[in-house]
Amino acid sequence: MNISRRKMLILLPAAAVAWESVLAGTPEASPNYKMSDHWWGMLIDISKCIGCGNCVRACQTENDVPEGYFRTWVERYHVDDYHLENPVVISPDGGKEGFPVVKEDAGKYFFVPKMCNHCADSPCTQVCPVGATFISPDGVVLIDQKYCLGCAYCVQACPYGCRYVHPTKEVADKCTLCYHRITKGLTTACCEACPTGARQLADLKNPNDPIHEFLKTHNVQVLKPQMATGAKAFYNDLDGSVR
Amino acid sequence: MSAFKDARHLFRFAGLFVLAFLVFLVVRHYYVPKSFGQYGHYRGAAVGEIANLPVKFAGHQACEDCHTDVVAKKNTGKHAHVNCEACHGALASHADDPSTVKPVLPDTAVLCARCHTASAAKPKGFPQVEPAEHSQGLPCETCHNPHSPGMDAPATAAGGAK
Amino acid sequence: MSGVEGYMYPNEITLYWSVLIVLYPYITGLVAGAFILASLERVFRVEAVKPTYRLALLTALAFLLVAPLPLVLHLGHPFRSPEMYFTPHDTSAMAMFGYVYMWYLMAVLVFEIWLDYRREIVLLSQSSKGLLRLVYKVMTLGSSNISERSLAIDERVGWIVTLVGIPSAFLLHGYVGFIFGSLKANPWWSSPLMPVVFIFSAMVSGIAAVMLLYMALTRLRKQKIDMHCVDTIAMYMFYIFIIDFSLEMLDLIHRIYEADESFRSLNFMAHTKLFFSQIVLQICLGTIVPLILLFLTQVVKLPEIARKYMYVLSGSLALIGVLAMRWNVVIGGQLFSKSFLGYTTYKMALVTREGLLMAIGLTLLPLLFLWVLVKLLPPWPEKNASVAAD
Repeated sequence: MNISRRKMLILLPAAAVAWESVLAGTPEASPNYKMSDHWWGMLIDISKCIGCGNCVRACQTENDVPEGYFRTWVERYHVDDYHLENPVVISPDGGKEGFPVVKEDAGKYFFVPKMCNHCADSPCTQVCPVGATFISPDGVVLIDQKYCLGCAYCVQACPYGCRYVHPTKEVADKCTLCYHRITKGLTTACCEACPTGARQLADLKNPNDPIHEFLKTHNVQVLKPQMATGAKAFYNDLDGSVR
Repeated sequence: MSAFKDARHLFRFAGLFVLAFLVFLVVRHYYVPKSFGQYGHYRGAAVGEIANLPVKFAGHQACEDCHTDVVAKKNTGKHAHVNCEACHGALASHADDPSTVKPVLPDTAVLCARCHTASAAKPKGFPQVEPAEHSQGLPCETCHNPHSPGMDAPATAAGGAK
Repeated sequence: MSGVEGYMYPNEITLYWSVLIVLYPYITGLVAGAFILASLERVFRVEAVKPTYRLALLTALAFLLVAPLPLVLHLGHPFRSPEMYFTPHDTSAMAMFGYVYMWYLMAVLVFEIWLDYRREIVLLSQSSKGLLRLVYKVMTLGSSNISERSLAIDERVGWIVTLVGIPSAFLLHGYVGFIFGSLKANPWWSSPLMPVVFIFSAMVSGIAAVMLLYMALTRLRKQKIDMHCVDTIAMYMFYIFIIDFSLEMLDLIHRIYEADESFRSLNFMAHTKLFFSQIVLQICLGTIVPLILLFLTQVVKLPEIARKYMYVLSGSLALIGVLAMRWNVVIGGQLFSKSFLGYTTYKMALVTREGLLMAIGLTLLPLLFLWVLVKLLPPWPEKNASVAAD
């Protein structure tokens, strides 16, 4: 190729614009969305969760989650007195159809919605041998299902059990934080369907997001902090027995 | 020079390596997707592909654009912050094509009970009842309007696309 | 869901790594172990084990050729495996596999075998007929120079290759241990001792395998077993076994004494679901019994026939014990919940792609490869070569 200096001068600004869009990271599907403007996370308020299973059903509908596997699920904890190390946990069918009614009131009960924590230092993307799972520039842990080998190393590496191998696609699968929705200005399916506001999508890079005020005024914790994964699913009112 | 001559077979073996490496480079050039490495060690195009997936929950904004009467009703009661599709289910297909796709009205006996059946496991402040005791078999909407369930608001099933 | 006790995260109920992933570290371990035995003669000048030198190399090659098969077969998309070579992820231990494997296969094993056999290959390319002649011709790479000088160069280069091969063998297998040992999410795996334990158990299994193969093949050839050679091998196996056992016990005692958050759960698992494979097979039958047998052969003056039987028995038990160890690591690491609140069950399929039959097939396949290799490149001294061919 032979480019004259004159042509070069014309081409440079065009290249600069193209390069800028690469830097800003604009997924072709959402022209008005700039990846560099966002850093996504989730706020989960235990004190508001009623264990109705709406989020689980919504997720399965929105994302065609295969039967028996879960991108999000709800656990019910029962902690008797001081036995924090021996909670009784259930999650029938991921809490999809709610939970059995509890009559007696011994000890304490609460519901814990679980999902991918979209860790900033994610152990799952670290171990992927080929770069088929990655943290997007806006902080969402995604899987390239056209590139995934299905080796399941990432499944083993997730401390939270959020990943599975899709039984028919035979590639790793997990919560995408409804990436196809949040890049279009919508909230996630689980947040949309939650009747009590126990789940709130949070954009940590947006200074006007209510998450900042919430984090300032509440006792917020992440799951398994000892794993040092930089988890971005923040739990309000998280009991010490939850693992 | 004869030392070189006697080691010549080694160079043949090394030559095989070089050849294999060259083939590897050529194949690699054609094999690796073009957008690989655009943002990081992954296929950049995958981000757009995931962002491009179809939406099934339209989002409450889409509902509220048309059903202004229900929004008004909802805003008067305790369900103001419950999104439409929390009860009505995923309706992007309806929002995309309101005339042909007609949503099915949910069964309140199942719907209301799912959240409001009393259980010691639920947060104490959340309104909950024993459905059988509470309604004596009557459907919930006899007394409550699902869009604004408070008793002071009379149950005249207002609004909604019937 | 059946087979679940207590609470598992719902996605944990299925095991994602099957019996094939048990075989993979087992087979690579045999490769590394066999190579270390070969290097005993070549680098450390243990002349007594010379009769097994070539057999050890061929065994290593036969098993190495099969080593990636269980991995590839377990992949959801086996045809995407070239991605490992084309876009290896620099933070992934697994991505290293492709390169370490290729290095070890081509630059170490094939190269060393080629150098060592070059004289025979050239001679065979002139003496054999038909298709076989062509095969040998290709293997000479078009060079029939077997002058004394060139063979002296081969000897020198071969020595260097073996020297490089020792850390390579450690790397090949040590990194397999690292794949497990580096996962902080799984307390059953996460341990810096894991790669070291893997290497030493690999040496035990590889040495045992070559010893058994040597004894079996010599018997098949109706030759006399070189007892001095087998005694020496058994001695090395005994020493390495002691190191291996000490390391495994150190790991175990450390876990029991530290008793961290995962301990109760893992301890329960070791006493229930893994009791047979861990306590009975791996530790008692697979380690303590062969150690006692080997110890007896070292301290008591036993007749030859008794030693032979004890070597065969302890070698076989060591092989079973190391296989059990791989099973307990790979399968055991997936039986408990990362919530430490429950356990699942591994249901091995029979005839699926990752089933028992496939596993048995993959275990036997290296023996088939070895048979072909032994026919093609007889590892015995030349005067017996014609006997072996008969």
